[in-house]
Amino acid sequence: MSFTIDATDVGTDRRSPFADNRLRIVFLVTLGMAVMSTARLIADNDDLTSSGTFGVALRTAAPIGLAGLAGLVAERSGTINIGIEGMMVMGTIFAGWWGWEFGPWMALVGGIVGGMLGGLLMSLATTTFGVNHIVAGVAINLIAPGVARFMASELFVGVQGGSVTSSPGNRGDIGEFTMPFLSGGDLFGWQTPDILGWLEDTGWFLVADFAGLGKGLTTSVTWDVVLAVSLFFGVAYLLWHTALGLRLRFAGERPSAADSLGVSVHTMRYVGMAFSGGFAGMGGAVLVLFANRYQENQVAGRGFLGLATMIFGNWMPAGTAAGAGIFGYAQGITLRTNPGDLVRALLLAAAIGLAVTAFWMGYRQSWRGVGWLLAFAIVAFWAYFSAERPNNQLVFVTPYVVTLIAVSIGAQRLRPPAEEGIPWFKGMQ
Amino acid sequence: MNDTGGTAAVDTRIAIQLTDIVKRFPGVVANDGVNLTVHEGTVHAIVGENGAGKSTLMKTLYGAHQPNEGTITVEGAEVRFSSPKDAIAAGIGMVFQAFLLAANLTVWENVVLGQEPGSALSLNAKQARRRIRELGEQYGLEVDPDALISDLGVGDKQRVEILKVLYRGAKILILDEPTAVLVPQEVDALFASLRDLTSSGATVIFISHKLDEVLKHADAITVIRQGKTVGELPDPSEVTSRQLAELMVGSELPVPEIGESTVTDVPVLELKNLTVAGDDEGVRNPLDDISFTVHRGEIVGIAGVEGNGQSELVEAIVGLASSTGTMLLDDVDIARLSTRERRDSGIGYIAEDRQKDGLVLPFSLWENAALGHQHRPPYGRGPWLDIRGAKAKTEEIVEEFDVRTPGIEVAAFTLSGGNQQKLVVGREMTADPKVLIAAHPTRGVDVGAQAVIWDILRDARADGLGTILVSADLEELIGLSDRLLVMLRGKVVAEVDPKTVTPAELGSYMTGAKTGTH
Amino acid sequence: MLERIWRASLAPLFAAAAAIIISSVALLISGNDPLEAFREMWKSIDSTQSVVIIINTAVPLYISGVAVAIGFKMNLFNIGSNGQYLLAALVAGWAGAEVSLPPLLHVPFVFLVAILVGGSWALIAAILNVTRNVNVVVSTIMLNYIGIGLSAFLLQEVFRDEENGGLVAQTKVMPESARLPNLNAIVEFFGFDFAPGVELYGFLPFAIALGVAYYVLLNRSLFGYELRLSGMSADAAQSAGVNPKRMVLITLFLSGAVAGMIGLPFLMANPDFYKYGDAFPTLLGFTGLGLALLGRNSPVGIAAAAFVWATIERATQPLGPLGIPPEIGRILQGSFLLSAVIAYEVVRRRNDAAAAAAAAEATRAERSEPPPSATTVGATS
Repeated sequence: MSFTIDATDVGTDRRSPFADNRLRIVFLVTLGMAVMSTARLIADNDDLTSSGTFGVALRTAAPIGLAGLAGLVAERSGTINIGIEGMMVMGTIFAGWWGWEFGPWMALVGGIVGGMLGGLLMSLATTTFGVNHIVAGVAINLIAPGVARFMASELFVGVQGGSVTSSPGNRGDIGEFTMPFLSGGDLFGWQTPDILGWLEDTGWFLVADFAGLGKGLTTSVTWDVVLAVSLFFGVAYLLWHTALGLRLRFAGERPSAADSLGVSVHTMRYVGMAFSGGFAGMGGAVLVLFANRYQENQVAGRGFLGLATMIFGNWMPAGTAAGAGIFGYAQGITLRTNPGDLVRALLLAAAIGLAVTAFWMGYRQSWRGVGWLLAFAIVAFWAYFSAERPNNQLVFVTPYVVTLIAVSIGAQRLRPPAEEGIPWFKGMQ
Repeated sequence: MNDTGGTAAVDTRIAIQLTDIVKRFPGVVANDGVNLTVHEGTVHAIVGENGAGKSTLMKTLYGAHQPNEGTITVEGAEVRFSSPKDAIAAGIGMVFQAFLLAANLTVWENVVLGQEPGSALSLNAKQARRRIRELGEQYGLEVDPDALISDLGVGDKQRVEILKVLYRGAKILILDEPTAVLVPQEVDALFASLRDLTSSGATVIFISHKLDEVLKHADAITVIRQGKTVGELPDPSEVTSRQLAELMVGSELPVPEIGESTVTDVPVLELKNLTVAGDDEGVRNPLDDISFTVHRGEIVGIAGVEGNGQSELVEAIVGLASSTGTMLLDDVDIARLSTRERRDSGIGYIAEDRQKDGLVLPFSLWENAALGHQHRPPYGRGPWLDIRGAKAKTEEIVEEFDVRTPGIEVAAFTLSGGNQQKLVVGREMTADPKVLIAAHPTRGVDVGAQAVIWDILRDARADGLGTILVSADLEELIGLSDRLLVMLRGKVVAEVDPKTVTPAELGSYMTGAKTGTH
Repeated sequence: MLERIWRASLAPLFAAAAAIIISSVALLISGNDPLEAFREMWKSIDSTQSVVIIINTAVPLYISGVAVAIGFKMNLFNIGSNGQYLLAALVAGWAGAEVSLPPLLHVPFVFLVAILVGGSWALIAAILNVTRNVNVVVSTIMLNYIGIGLSAFLLQEVFRDEENGGLVAQTKVMPESARLPNLNAIVEFFGFDFAPGVELYGFLPFAIALGVAYYVLLNRSLFGYELRLSGMSADAAQSAGVNPKRMVLITLFLSGAVAGMIGLPFLMANPDFYKYGDAFPTLLGFTGLGLALLGRNSPVGIAAAAFVWATIERATQPLGPLGIPPEIGRILQGSFLLSAVIAYEVVRRRNDAAAAAAAAEATRAERSEPPPSATTVGATS
């Protein structure tokens, strides 16, 4: 792995994702955190950047991120996967079943298996039979809940704690991890000092916020989430540093070229969908592990949120992770104790961020869209100062609004795989 | 006129021998007893007209399909290829005319796919880059291994394709129309590399229909016409281009139209400073400051190697591509109008790719007849489709333009290419256009339909229609045009008189060897 | 004619057979007797009462299917029709109960509100697609959830019926003048008897009218022609002068507008409802997607699909007490959908191959003929 600094824009698909533009990212992240910090101080809401909030954000981001990875792997190998939602549902029912019967780690395995079944089924339709990818994905989304319901009725009804809409609880916990020293985790039984926690408590501008972020990401992180995060690196390595990954990418960029060089396009697309289903199913398993059981309608649109993160991330793992982080954060704050206040504070942060961006663009003399940015900033400020604490239902929509805004902004320099979504058969040029 | 400096063909071993190859497809015999003998270490050219059967023959050699009859011998041993993999294993590598490259990926990724260096868990990019640089230096095919394909020009992309083949250890290279999209300097560089290859023992076969190139660079030539070998020339220095052309075409060169000129001096379409901008900074404008005028009763032919701005010219006039400059149709500026408005104003359009732009193949004939005119009588009335009117009109078109079909309700894909095109031409003509933009109007059309369409175009011209005719078929261009403009790299570089220009001259203008007006 | 019907039914029949086989396997695995299950299912639909219930269920499903089919015809995937119809039903339910008009005006008024709300919500996604190139699938789904949240909020805070609702959140009951009477009288005229309490809801004629309107729009109108054209070949459409952005905006608006009507049968013709509340069905939009796919976006096909879907639902309802999982209905529906989608594709490709062969045959026939003589167009060569 080499880190080079070059002048290409963030988000373009050039070399391996490990060779990206570090300086620019560091700058953007710091700026973003400064905006959040300012909002925190003005709105007097420490929870906005607290370790507790970031910890929850990580938890909620994990399934969304896995869904995004699922979409990424599928599309990179040529299949547009609208059916991630359905594959996640398959993951949840299998995870709920195996988690109850065998335990938390088997729940994870079960989720992967369930999701893979969905992925392979969809690939049968799209790769072998050439069904329109979106149609096939929609079909999977419609079929999966029915299958889940049927399985639930057979497995959980009549068992204590179980019903057609819910499984009994998992057998045991999967365990968590807390980083020693930085977040006060145990080291061979000795309680280490909680450095980040101390920094966070100081409340200092920017320092406390970063500390909160650091601590949130390293405290009481369940092992399945740790696994999920490492998968991002795994996928990046697979796609850009292995022969299999190269062949997968060719199946999505120029299948005819692969075919002419002896690579089986159909096999590659099946493999891609197997991975895709597996990741999606794992996302479902993560949900089951949080709730400690399977519940009907558990997935609630996360499959589609995952799609959005993939688009936001320009089909790259790093960008997808960033998107999942943002959407996960937006959904995470709705789970905290005072979500209404947090949403308001977030609104303030958005207003500040818009205003800063508008002035920055004006400074750089690129005037396109500055008017819109300022207008939205003003609306956001007005909403913050005039509105009371928002209602629960409005809090619920926050992640979806954030997602919608994010994809609306970032839709410019998108570069999806060149021949994704095109059913390919031998003889095509 | 041969300066190959290469090996005298007859002295060396035979690398490839094809004997009595026959290949049939539904409806046509592409190869009808073809013979080919290629000696090792030579640059061997296969020439013939479009449709003579050259590509089919090479695909057989490459293993893309099997011959119905005949034998293939590689270095003395008879072989049977069931797939390109077998051919690659036998040391044969083919570089197609249409490149098979992934635009978003790098050179080295495109080259090593399928035979990646390193282990299963670790792709050895360093090794890949090194090998590519080695091969590049050895044969004068230098390319930056880390460059993105989309950033490369056509000449460099071709180098990548050749490197692909060399990387896999090919000793026999087949190139299909390699110079079709190259400029003269790139052509010279290519043949220099090919020469390097043959002097190290490789064998090169290339397909071409450019006679001057062939005579200049080939060690031996095989001529194919209508699926048969009509000439095997082991010593090109003894052949003149005239003889070669006659072997290829089998008869006299096309005769230009002799008849009364119908050209008036009334301008119907004036283009001034028409430009289509390139996508990024520093990229050449695909259409660069074009100005010319079409008059009533005139057919202006546009000649040029594909990819030099002809498509952009057509799209700019019809409104499918954004452009700057002035376009006056009967003195009315149409540059700001939408496609629909331009067509309503009197621009007829025969698209280059009828299956993609000109027709909707699953639609019925009458639905296709309405295409482009659906909002006007007789096809449409207000917010409604006038189905009866459309059908009646379609019957008229079918009758008048000799479209062979069992009925107008059938889907367009049941028609032959020629009849599809006759329908398209007919529907444009009956809309009474002032100007017709005809892009490759007889591409993929059988001889009979082609003759009909040419008659239609001539008659319309006699009636006062002004036409811009873009075509790759020299016979068509010379036979129909009143004057010919040659396009190269987005500009008009020459204007010639079709009655007096020769194909060799025209070819020189098209490749930039010559400039100016004739 | 008979041949055409046979050809068109081949794929669905195959899919039905596949569905029955797959469901039987599922039943066997879970320890049930497939034959007994199917026998029970048949018994439960074998009555006038059942047929009526099936039709009632099928009506909103049909509307849902047509709504998304309009978009599908142009390769626009309006996945978020749920949010559109819930918002529309809420606002229409509230607005309809707020005004008092004579029936001839009241009914169209409610329709209008629903159509405008549903259409406008879908329009947001269209605008984002046209101006910011946002993927329609992502935006309609986000708007779906935003719509659900928004309608829950509005129901709680703004539109709820304070006096009569009490603790339950719902809108005021739809007044008489906006209700559609049931069609029992018409059916009894034809000699069928009704069990007490069973009604053929009065929205059926509107659903039929919608189907006819959809057919006319698609096949007789200029817009319908351009819609089909854009869906078949975006390139040919552009060359033909169609403005793609305009098409996206209008098509999604129409799709949302029809989606807005999905809730109307409940609001206006179903005595169990006549109002919008928490008990309102919330997943009809997704079902419509499946129906449009099953029906291949055709007015008659979607009707057949809706009918089959409702039949399966009705047939599996009473299975629970008999020890057979009623969820087998979901398996039937799901496997039918997937098999149908695959079967349609296979049939389509086979037809295309046959057509290509026909064209090649036509070309060969022509090549062997001499070129036409001077009877065409006064040729002078």
